[in-house]
Amino acid sequence: MKFLVCISQTPDTTARVAFTPDGKAYDSTGVTFIMNPYDEWYALVRACELREALGGTVVALNVGPASNETTIRKALAIGADEAVRIDAEPTSSAFTARQIAEYARSEQFDIIFLGKETIDYNGSEVGAMVAEHLDLPYIALASKLDLEGNTAVVERDIEGGVEVVEVPLPFVVSAAKGMAEQRIPNMRGIMMARTKPLRVLPPTPMEEPVQVVRFSLPPPKAGVKLVDPENMDELVRLLHEEAKVL
Amino acid sequence: MVLVYAESPRGLFKKAALEAVTFGKKLADQMGVPCAAVVLGSVQSDPGELGRYGASRVLHVGHEQLNTLDGQVTAAVLSEVARRVGATVVVLSHTSTGKTVAGRLAVRLQAGLVSGISGVVAIEGDGRLIVRKSVFSGKATAQYAIVSPVKVLSLMGNAVRAEASGSPVSAEPLDVPVPPARVRVREVRTVEGRVPLPEAEIVVSAGRGMKDPSNWHIIEELADALNATTACSRPVADSHWRPHHEHVGQTGIAIRPNLYIAVGISGAIQHLAGVNNSKVIVVINKDPEAPFFKAADYGVVGDLFEVVPRLTEAVRRFKASQ
Ligand SMILES: Cc1cc2nc3c(=O)[nH]c(=O)nc-3n(C[C@H](O)[C@H](O)[C@H](O)COP(=O)(O)OP(=O)(O)OC[C@H]3O[C@@H](n4cnc5c(N)ncnc54)[C@H](O)[C@@H]3O)c2cc1C
Ligand SMILES: Nc1ncnc2c1ncn2[C@@H]1O[C@H](COP(=O)(O)O)[C@@H](O)[C@H]1O
Repeated sequence: MKFLVCISQTPDTTARVAFTPDGKAYDSTGVTFIMNPYDEWYALVRACELREALGGTVVALNVGPASNETTIRKALAIGADEAVRIDAEPTSSAFTARQIAEYARSEQFDIIFLGKETIDYNGSEVGAMVAEHLDLPYIALASKLDLEGNTAVVERDIEGGVEVVEVPLPFVVSAAKGMAEQRIPNMRGIMMARTKPLRVLPPTPMEEPVQVVRFSLPPPKAGVKLVDPENMDELVRLLHEEAKVL
Repeated sequence: MVLVYAESPRGLFKKAALEAVTFGKKLADQMGVPCAAVVLGSVQSDPGELGRYGASRVLHVGHEQLNTLDGQVTAAVLSEVARRVGATVVVLSHTSTGKTVAGRLAVRLQAGLVSGISGVVAIEGDGRLIVRKSVFSGKATAQYAIVSPVKVLSLMGNAVRAEASGSPVSAEPLDVPVPPARVRVREVRTVEGRVPLPEAEIVVSAGRGMKDPSNWHIIEELADALNATTACSRPVADSHWRPHHEHVGQTGIAIRPNLYIAVGISGAIQHLAGVNNSKVIVVINKDPEAPFFKAADYGVVGDLFEVVPRLTEAVRRFKASQ
């Protein structure tokens, strides 16, 4: 079996959010970057588990600049067998999806894993685009994935519950919480990662259908109004009369 | 033409669909074009009712294969409908269905996509559409320009309020080729009773301060009194005190209810990331230094085991007096 795991790099969850003075880009000064949690904790680990059970290869793919290689090495340390980096700044989901699809088209993967969304730009867009480019089925928001021969049984999160689906291989899937348990890379994994292959490929140019106009920070909150814990009728009154939410 | 896909999971129009039509109608008015809604599969109510929310036409592809979701099939059908009606903007909901379909549709229509938008900022003379969405898990807002001739948008839940502005129309049955499905839905398991979290207007959420899962009845009682949906912090879901689908935050689900009541939750940055788009936040915590108070509109410093039942009583009194 051949598994592809698309990994993205995002600012650490506790990183401050700030933008360049023109408001056009994220200001990454002093920010630590991590592997997008959905990609690392669920997509990558489930792909590794399936490889361990069934044999095969796990390829980790990132569309990004050379500075992303620390994150890519981490994917190798967790268990990917090899890695590919498409050498480009990922400027939009359309661009990223196109790069992933161009690479995957010639490789015959059985399952292409992604995370359910990136925690910075919160797209939830790339997976469906990759699937459409490759004419493959796509299961979004999967919280459980098992193989029964050449069919996968996948549970996916829907509003207020789960949907259990059957899908033939090959297909594309985005991972949500529950698909696997986070793995911490051990010393051996970290040592082995140094010698695993990491190929760098050139991007496929394309026109951008979407452009950033500007980013902005929300206005600061006015400040909390404290209510006497003995007087919950007062809180209800405020929610009704002032906040108008009851 | 603005085309809105009014989704009807298991035959029912949910709030998301009505919000999307309302939004589509407003956008169409700004653009000076009509708004049509498209409905797929069998539905339990008259699709023409969507006319109330502003659709001047309702197109119904009733093929029963469309009763369950295979994104590939849905995208093929929607792109065909979009072509036939000459849609320049297609609007979906940012739901589990929208997330399955929007990217595919954008590729098929060679359209720019922005998902999870909260509104439109401007329609420019050169045809660019500027939209707004929340990014960095609610910590910032981005404006994007869609520059392609055809545009696909998905609307975040609770970003606009569904508003009846028109009257029902008669739905037009439409025959569109439906390709065979590759995804088969085996089973759907939904939690009955409460409104699903992403749609909920009021959410009562609790964290580790609850001490033990057996104490959750006080949260359930408050939620019942408010007709609210329950949620929880990540460690609570991780220790299986509550089901995973209740976990909100950066690695859970992001919500934007009108009212979010946080009980015994410290307010870690990753938790706030999922809830800071809520309109009004109430925090109940015994520690006056809890970081959540900085993000709150109303705060109660006190023991949740006393405060929550008291609040439930107060809500009941209020409801009875209404
Ligand atoms: C990468 C990453 C992603 C994460 N994603 C998420 C996420 O999506 N969602 C999330 O929630 N967390 C997430 N976390 C975890 C987050 O950092 C916090 O650890 C978590 O939110 C804390 O949960 P809590 O507030 O329930 O518990 P605690 O931090 O233990 O807080 C309990 C609170 O209850 C109060 N309390 C205790 N007893 C009482 C009482 N009797 N009456 C009133 N108040 C009381 C205490 O004062 C305290 O403030 C993530 C962490 C990381 C590193
Ligand atoms: N630059 C990238 N390189 C590789 N995979 C990516 C990249 N950006 C996004 N992805 C994948 O696409 C998923 C969804 O991203 P998004 O649609 O941007 O929310 C992520 O969880 C990753 O699996």
